[in-house]
Amino acid sequence: MIEIDIRHEFPGFALDARFTVARPGITALFGPSGAGKSTLVNAIAGTLRPREGFIAVDGRVLVDTASGTFVPPRARRMGMVFQDARLFPHMSVENNLRFGWRRAAAKAGADEFARVLDLLGLQSLLARRPARLSGGEKSRVALGRALLSSPRLLLLDEPLAALDAARKAEILPWLERLRDEARLPMIYVTHALEEAMRLADHLILLRDGRVTAQGAAFDLLSDLEFAHAMRAPAPGAVFAATVKEKRAGGLTALAFDGGEVIVGRLAAPVGAKLRVRLRAEDVMLALEEPRAISANNLLAATVTAVDAHDSEADVQLAVGGVKLVARITRGSLERLAIAEGTRLYAIVKSVTVDSAIGGHPG
Amino acid sequence: MTLSPEEIEALLLSLKVSLTAVTCALPFALAAALLLARRNFPGKPLIDGALHLPLVLPPVVMGYLLLILLGTRAALGGWLLAHLGVRFVFSWTGAALASAIITFPFQLRAIRLAIEAIDGGLGEAAETLGAGAFDRLVNLTMPLALPGIVAGLITAFAASLGEFGAIITFVSNIPGETRTLPLAIYSAIQSPGGEAEAARLSVLSIVLALLGVTLAELANRRLKAAIGR
Repeated sequence: MIEIDIRHEFPGFALDARFTVARPGITALFGPSGAGKSTLVNAIAGTLRPREGFIAVDGRVLVDTASGTFVPPRARRMGMVFQDARLFPHMSVENNLRFGWRRAAAKAGADEFARVLDLLGLQSLLARRPARLSGGEKSRVALGRALLSSPRLLLLDEPLAALDAARKAEILPWLERLRDEARLPMIYVTHALEEAMRLADHLILLRDGRVTAQGAAFDLLSDLEFAHAMRAPAPGAVFAATVKEKRAGGLTALAFDGGEVIVGRLAAPVGAKLRVRLRAEDVMLALEEPRAISANNLLAATVTAVDAHDSEADVQLAVGGVKLVARITRGSLERLAIAEGTRLYAIVKSVTVDSAIGGHPG
Repeated sequence: MTLSPEEIEALLLSLKVSLTAVTCALPFALAAALLLARRNFPGKPLIDGALHLPLVLPPVVMGYLLLILLGTRAALGGWLLAHLGVRFVFSWTGAALASAIITFPFQLRAIRLAIEAIDGGLGEAAETLGAGAFDRLVNLTMPLALPGIVAGLITAFAASLGEFGAIITFVSNIPGETRTLPLAIYSAIQSPGGEAEAARLSVLSIVLALLGVTLAELANRRLKAAIGR
């Protein structure tokens, strides 16, 4: 459990943030640049001393300005992964990895060391100097270094922000493995909705130094107010699904709490738990059951909320126990007379399937 | 070019004086560089200026100040002689002390620049990984500043070989004791028929100075490559 209630000021910026994260898994601290995300994680790591407030992790008070408590960063055991990796340039990758490991009171064993090397694919980099690593490799070493310091919480400050799209695509699966295998609570700072949708179990939206929304990622991402607060170009939905069966023609059927969706060929075996992302633009609405259409997925749904703005409208739908969002034009909204309670059909053009989710889905 | 025993003596004395000067000044230069690079305190510009004073002060003035401070009849000098048996005047140790003070700013400047060039974020990262202040100093700051430290040492050593004014004022010009290379050159010029000796020693000085500056640059580059910067 992470409890935070802090205030801190910089010239032209004030942070006043309060939140509690009770669940394990990945908490995404999401918001635009300058929202105070980095300030918050630095306060948790101890590299920033908030002017006023309280921070506790798993009941251990790290900061309490009222009683003058301030645990120095070296005694906090927070695995911090900085945006710029911050590897020690005069040490080999191996010595970088061992830096925190050697200094950890409850040192992980040699098998744990080997496991992290394997988890992040670091074995072949050990002898190299950081200057001779690519951006993606640096990120992985920084992750490994933090992991090996036996942290009680992993703090990732935009670990992918410095990377191009290709390197990002290279690192994201490692982060997913980390989420699913390391079983370590993480706070993941990002301004990229895509990353938050793909990784987060819990979301905290930060804007202008304040927490404007928080909750389970599965609920929040399909919440229209949240989508609106994020000014997201495209809200969407994220939900858990299970591989139900492999079908002819290279199709896979996924079962979720509301029916099933058909996706393309999938490597995951039957029974595997997956995380499914659905963009609002990829959902069309029909009042009557359409016949003879090319889309594979047709879901009976009930409208639970409508948010019309400018020329577009976001329509929140309940499909069984799962909430989806469809983005349609304002004209269509009025023509079809869609309102709260309308029963209709959602035509899903495509879904994105992310890797298996671990033991702590939303 | 062959050197007379007196000339070799002057050369060896110069090397001894300079080596002693830079090694003794190093810990102070390290401490001062850390202080100036990492801490802010009231009066910092004043301290900064005072530490660089030897660079702009006429060496003769420095020698004179040392003489009135550490002469055997001065308060501090007399006390040192009476209680510790230490005498700086007319001794090679005095020459080393004068050289150390005069060349101190060379070391300070090189080390300070090297420390300031270290990304502060690395220290933060080390801190979150469990490293305390001393741990960070030994395992992060010192290794990363090493190229600057070595460059500072060599530059100061080369500069120290050329010190004249402070030495001759403070510890006089005693053959075998305080007559370093520059003083030997000066003496040779002063004595009739000493032009050849002066020329030989001057060439030697030029070679040593050149060697020093080149070595400093080389060491700096090699070490920087070795620590991956």
